[in-house]
Amino acid sequence: MSKILVIAEHRQGELRPVSLELIAAAQGLGGPITVAVIGANAQAFVPALSLPGVDEILTVASPFAEFNPEVQEAAVAALITELAPAVVLLGHTVDSLAYAAALAGKLGLGFASDVFKIECQGSDLVATRAAYSQKVNVEVDFPGKATVLLTVRPAVFKPAEGSASPATRSIAAPAVTTTSAPGEYIEIASGNDIDITTVDFILSVGRGVGEEANIQQFRDLAETAGATLCCSRPIADSGWLPKSRQVGQSGKVASNCGLYLAMGISGAIQHLAGMKHVGTIVAVNTDPEASIFSVAKYGIVGDMFEIGEALKEALEG
Amino acid sequence: MKILVAVKQVAALDEDFEIRADGLDVDEDFLLFDLNEWDDYSLEEAMKIKEASSGDVEVVVVSIGPERVDESLRKCLAKGADRALRVWDDAIEGSDSSVMARLLAAVVRKEAPDMVFAGVQSSDHAFAATGIGLAGELGWPHAAVVNALDYAPGARQASLKRELEGGVSQSVTLQCPAVLTIQLGINTPRYASLRGIKQANAKPIDVLGLGDLGVAASTVGVDASLSRVRRMYIPPKGRAQMIEGSPDQQAARLVEIIREFKGA
Repeated sequence: MSKILVIAEHRQGELRPVSLELIAAAQGLGGPITVAVIGANAQAFVPALSLPGVDEILTVASPFAEFNPEVQEAAVAALITELAPAVVLLGHTVDSLAYAAALAGKLGLGFASDVFKIECQGSDLVATRAAYSQKVNVEVDFPGKATVLLTVRPAVFKPAEGSASPATRSIAAPAVTTTSAPGEYIEIASGNDIDITTVDFILSVGRGVGEEANIQQFRDLAETAGATLCCSRPIADSGWLPKSRQVGQSGKVASNCGLYLAMGISGAIQHLAGMKHVGTIVAVNTDPEASIFSVAKYGIVGDMFEIGEALKEALEG
Repeated sequence: MKILVAVKQVAALDEDFEIRADGLDVDEDFLLFDLNEWDDYSLEEAMKIKEASSGDVEVVVVSIGPERVDESLRKCLAKGADRALRVWDDAIEGSDSSVMARLLAAVVRKEAPDMVFAGVQSSDHAFAATGIGLAGELGWPHAAVVNALDYAPGARQASLKRELEGGVSQSVTLQCPAVLTIQLGINTPRYASLRGIKQANAKPIDVLGLGDLGVAASTVGVDASLSRVRRMYIPPKGRAQMIEGSPDQQAARLVEIIREFKGA
C-alpha cells in the first residue's frame, strides 16, 4: 500500500477520539502514514498524535482555531495535491459531513462514506459500509482512482496506542475567502434533570412507543425497576422526553451504564454510537431483523407494551 | 424568491428480502418506497419560510429517479410545495451521490433559487454526501447538519445552528444563496391535508432529461461515479441470545437479569 493521509480532528482545544481510530485504521493498511492537523493551534496536538506507525505529522496553520469547512476543504485539497496519497482517511463526523463530499467531487477522488472496514484485495482497495438500516453490508471499490477518500465510522477501530517520535513539519493553510463564520458552541442544557452519562441502569424507549400518552407506562416501569428513563432521537425530537434524555451520537453517551434495556428501538447507527459499549444490553423489538439485536446480549422479539406490563408485574410480585 | 428542496425516494426492506442475482443490490420486489424522512423536515423548513413571508416565495421540489418517484413528489406537493421537477434518463441508473450532485447542480443553474435545502442523509444508503456535493459543484456557501435556521427570503445572510456530536450545537452565519443540509428535529413536519392532497393532483411535475439540463450521458451512471458496488451481502447475525417463551416467562428472565446486575 502506498501513502496514507489521515486528517485528525479537534474541537474546543481537544483532539477528537476518532483521530486515533483513523491512525489505527491506517496502521491496518500498512503504508507510510502522514497525519495532518489543521488549525491555528495545530502544534498543540502533535504529542497526542505521535504514535507508532506515523511517519510524519503535518501541522497546517490556519487563521482559525476551530473547524471551518472552507479552510478545511482547501487545506486537505492542497495536501492531496502535494502528497498524492493512495488513501485519505477522515472521520465520518459532523465536521467531515460539511466538506468531504464537496472535496471528493471537485478532485474526482474515489469516495465512500461511513465505512467500517478497509482492506486491500489484490491491488484493489475495498471498503465496506452498510445500507438499508444496517441490514446489509456493501463492498465498494474505486476503479481507476489514484486517490480514495474514505470517511470512517467512529468507534469501530480501536484507538492507536503507544508513543513514537515521527518527523513533524509545519505548513500554512491556503488562503481562503470564507463565506461562513462559525460561532459559539451551545451545550444542550439538562437544567435540573439527571445527567444520563452518570447513571448505571437505563430503560430506553424508541419510536415503537407510538404516541406521547404511552410514555407514562415506561416512566412507571423505569421507576419500579430503579432505572433512568431515556430515549432515542425521534422521542426527543417529538418533545415527549427532554433532549437531555436522548442517547446517541447527537445526544449523550451512556458512559457509565452497565445495563441498558432498549424497548421499541430499532438501533439506528447514531443511537448505537451512544450505547453499544454497554456491558449488558437487552433489546425488545417486534422486528426480529432490527439491528439493535446485533449489539444486544439478550433479545426478545415481542411487543414492548406487553413485555413492559409483564415486567412491571414481575418486579412488583 | 425561490427555495429549491432536493428530495429522494428511499427504499426500506421488506421483512424477508433477497439479494438480486447479480449480488449488487436487494431485489426490487422486496423494496418499499417512501419519501426520505429527512426530506419531510427540509420541505417543512421551506414551507415555514414561505408562510412567514409577506412576499412571494415559491417552493420547488426536485428529485432524481424513475416514474415511481412521482408518488413522493406528489406527497411534497400535497404538503404545499408549488411545483415539482423530476430528473431522469435510463443512463442515470446506478449513479452515486456525486452524480446526483452534478445533476442537481444543473437543475440549480436552470432554476436559480435563492436557497437550496437537502436532507442530511438518506435512510437507505446513508452516504450523507449529496447536499454538500451539490454545494461543491456550485461553489456555493454551505452548512451541514443544520438544526435551527433564521433566514428571511432573499436575505444575503442566514444565521443557523449546526448539530455537532454529544449534545452540542454551534451557531454559524453564512452568506446566501447557500446549500443547507437539514437535520431531523429542526421543526415538526406537517401532514398533508385532504385539501392539499386534492390540490396536489393539479400541480405540475415536470420531467427533465439529460438534454434539458445540458448534461452529457458520459458524465452520469456507474462509470462516472466515485465508487462502484462490488457486492452486497447479509452480514452474519449478531450475538443476541434470544429469550423465548410467554411474555410472563420472558419478563421473569428479565427480572433475573436486572437483579443479577444490581447484585453485582
